[in-house]
Amino acid sequence: MSDKLQFSLVSPERELFNGEVDQVDVPGTEGDFGVLPLHAPFMAAIRTGAITVFNDGAETKYMIQGGFADVTPDGLTVLAERATLLEDVDAESLAAEIASAEQALDAAEGDAKLDVAQHLEGLKSLQA
Amino acid sequence: MASLKELRTRISSVKNTQKITKAMQMVAAAKLRKAQQAAERSRPYSDRIGAVITNLSASMAGSEGAPKLLVGTGSDQTHLLVIATADRGLCGGFNTNIVRAAREEIVSLEKLGKTVKIMCVGKKGHDQLERLYGDKIIDFISLKEHKTLNAAIAGEIGGKITDMFDAGEFDICKLIYSKFVNVMTQEPTVKTMIPAIVAVGSRTGNADDGPSAADDVFAPDLKGAAYEYEPDEEGILKVLLPRNINTQIFAALLENNAGEMGSKMTAMDNATRNAGEMIDKLTLTFNRTRQAQITSELIEIISGAEAL
Repeated sequence: MSDKLQFSLVSPERELFNGEVDQVDVPGTEGDFGVLPLHAPFMAAIRTGAITVFNDGAETKYMIQGGFADVTPDGLTVLAERATLLEDVDAESLAAEIASAEQALDAAEGDAKLDVAQHLEGLKSLQA
Repeated sequence: MASLKELRTRISSVKNTQKITKAMQMVAAAKLRKAQQAAERSRPYSDRIGAVITNLSASMAGSEGAPKLLVGTGSDQTHLLVIATADRGLCGGFNTNIVRAAREEIVSLEKLGKTVKIMCVGKKGHDQLERLYGDKIIDFISLKEHKTLNAAIAGEIGGKITDMFDAGEFDICKLIYSKFVNVMTQEPTVKTMIPAIVAVGSRTGNADDGPSAADDVFAPDLKGAAYEYEPDEEGILKVLLPRNINTQIFAALLENNAGEMGSKMTAMDNATRNAGEMIDKLTLTFNRTRQAQITSELIEIISGAEAL
């Protein structure tokens, strides 16, 4: 039995990562969770935030916005609406997105407001 | 017979045309490679999302609260056809083929007495359909403003479709686009998007796709364990289904783009070759005419000299 987790991160535009890792931390809508090898089948929605991949003691972070994590016995698949390597995200465009999210927060109502607030929260945490 | 000057102008004009078609062919070839890559890169995503939906719908099917996007409205009276074509011409029969498939679909639906609504994506399809079915076109999205295809455009189109579905404006949604088989062949395809359950079924049913990656991800072996959901199935499906529509549109747009470039490349290659043939023919006529002219001039001089 493999002691590594098969992990793939795909966005509509391309496949960002596909390979074996030790652990992946995913920001779920109901809270962050870590996925280790042999995790039980599990499916979760994702909020905006950073996904952390641990492999051989090294950490890689990806910024993701919206999507799903799908854990099967074969491994973990993250379907992200948008995904970028965190290093490639520049502070300026992030700040611009935060500003537009703040505006959207003012305009949104009801349930949508919660979603936008969560989105904004995620973006802010990335800025740090 | 045309004069030498006329022939010379024609030859040079054909040569210019050949240069243009050759340049267009090379541009299309370069773009094709990029478009093909983009289409291939989007495949893992759409395959996976299809697999996830199959999983979910298996557990949701038959239950009361199943979302309408998944199981449909229960009626099939009004059909929305999303017809995706290219924005530019000069690519052989590419657009015409898609429009023909669309027209066949419309005719067969109308025969069954269904109401048809059309949403055009891409300028060329709109131009061709407007004459015949102008009154049925409810929306037209041009791709011109967008330099590159990205998920945001598909999201915009998908958003419109889901909004309209929620407003009860149609029961069944079909996407018509051209599937990219290879550079020479593009296959106009009709795909049902709403209800999704049919779409998923037909996707698995496409055995002629060859050994696609979808087959092995479609039914992950859960080894007896039950799936857990966070939030619940319904919550996930509510987000997943609209996203699936966006993904399908995006994939279709990418395939279309690749197909357009492939078709353009072939068409321009033919045009370049035809221009070459024409140049050869014209050059031959030109030389013959010149020869004839010289001969007749010589005869004039000789007979003039003899008369003295």
